[in-house]
Amino acid sequence: MNAVLALSGLVIVELYRRKDVYVLFVLTVVITLLMGSVNFFDDRNIVGYLKEICLFLIWISGLVIAIGTTARQIPAELENRTIFPLLAKPVSRAQVILGKFGGCWLACGLVLSVFYLFFGLLSASREHRWPLLHYLQALGLQWEMLAIVIALVLLGSLVFTAPSSNGTICFIVVVGILLLGGHLNRVALQQLEPLRTIVYTLYFCLPHLEWFDVRNLIIYDQNLVGWGACALVTIYAATYAAFLLFAAWMVFCRKSLTS
Amino acid sequence: MIRSSTRLLILLLLAAGCFSLAALLQPRAVRWSRSSGSESVLQLLLGDGRRLFANHFFVKADVAFHSGYYPSFLDQAQAPRETEHLAAESGRPGDAQPDASHEQELDFLGPPKDCFERFGRNFIVTKHTHLEGGREREILPWLRIAAELDPQRVETYTVAAFWLRKRLGKTKEAEEFLREGLRANPKSPQILFQLGRLYWEDHHDAAQARNFWELALRHWNEREPGKEAPDLLGYLGITLSLARLEEHEGNLQRAIDYLEMAERVSHSPALLEQQVQELKKKLPATRTSSQ
Repeated sequence: MNAVLALSGLVIVELYRRKDVYVLFVLTVVITLLMGSVNFFDDRNIVGYLKEICLFLIWISGLVIAIGTTARQIPAELENRTIFPLLAKPVSRAQVILGKFGGCWLACGLVLSVFYLFFGLLSASREHRWPLLHYLQALGLQWEMLAIVIALVLLGSLVFTAPSSNGTICFIVVVGILLLGGHLNRVALQQLEPLRTIVYTLYFCLPHLEWFDVRNLIIYDQNLVGWGACALVTIYAATYAAFLLFAAWMVFCRKSLTS
Repeated sequence: MIRSSTRLLILLLLAAGCFSLAALLQPRAVRWSRSSGSESVLQLLLGDGRRLFANHFFVKADVAFHSGYYPSFLDQAQAPRETEHLAAESGRPGDAQPDASHEQELDFLGPPKDCFERFGRNFIVTKHTHLEGGREREILPWLRIAAELDPQRVETYTVAAFWLRKRLGKTKEAEEFLREGLRANPKSPQILFQLGRLYWEDHHDAAQARNFWELALRHWNEREPGKEAPDLLGYLGITLSLARLEEHEGNLQRAIDYLEMAERVSHSPALLEQQVQELKKKLPATRTSSQ
């Protein structure tokens, strides 16, 4: 466990040193504040568009940070040959996978907290209220979704040769699932057999990342998601992440580190 | 090795360069945004591609109006026809209650098809509501952006003006926005009609309203008859409004003329004919009393 935590700590320190997070955060702040400074028909109480833009940027930034950070973890260790002293510590390959995953996930959690703090301050400055539970729920669900994404990218980093190709493919897959994942069942019903069964199977097998996107509930001041549903979706995310990490560990065990 | 004072000088030189460039470019940027061919920098940068985005933002206004309860592009087959609803609301002053057909149209979700879909509905907006109590203002930024991107889309101005004056009591802003739309679309009968309504319903200025509506009618007659599908509803609105105005002002013969014009395109001409007959009955009495 100590080895896993030590590896996670290293990933967090690395993220702290890199400039990606700062750039994305500053961009989010600047774009949101610029949009907030625009005067729409002399009405200073309009806030919905600002929340929507800010949350959209938070989601994009979250995905970019998660995918970008995770994609280069293991390839960088292999390229710099630091993986050999690491495994000679001795640290098992499973611990490397878990450490890298934990580090990336915790780092994303820290980053998301900062982003959501800004979002909360921005909303409060216009709406003069703090729906803290709503924000915490949205943050938690997005963080859980990122656990699946990070596990997927970690697996991809062991399958694909370059971090850039892995990052691009994973980004496209994740955005594709977010946009289409929830509609595949309806698409399937319009197809003929055997395509219908294939698409429906895909619908059940794909991780439903769109469930974790509750931006509309925040933007339009809807009720909280039921805690039962939240618990179930957390188990769902944990199961998917565990499955993908297990797959990554299996690939990593078979992977030759010298080639 | 560069000394720290040299670094400071370089920094100051760069800062001065930035300031000079800003001073040089700022007047040009203003000229770009005012040039007749392109109304804004957005148009200059995006060209005709901006129209695609404009439609997206117009739809966003409708999404906001429904508090996020809106069909995705895959549900569009069962969706309300594009953005007709938001626009239709704006054409029915004083009546923004969702009617039965609209409720039916927006029941795009239907019963869940499987357990995953049922569970997924915990995380989306599943209740059909409309913004009210001043929260209608949330649609305005999207309409403003849509107008910036596609100034030739007349519907954006008329819809925004309706919500501004009818629900938010911002008559001045509505007029400014309509006039902006008129500058971008001179001779637009729809915008002129809405300006007439604003003067008639909000300013109670019959003379100005008449001017706008008569101008709208003239431009309608110049532009629409040649079209494959002329805007008959617009024609009906203009002629009926003019008829009401003239009746209110005591010009019964002119009111009859406009009602007869409206009869030609109306789906219920009998009703209008009845009104014409009623006005004709009043006509001699008015003439007699005036003598």
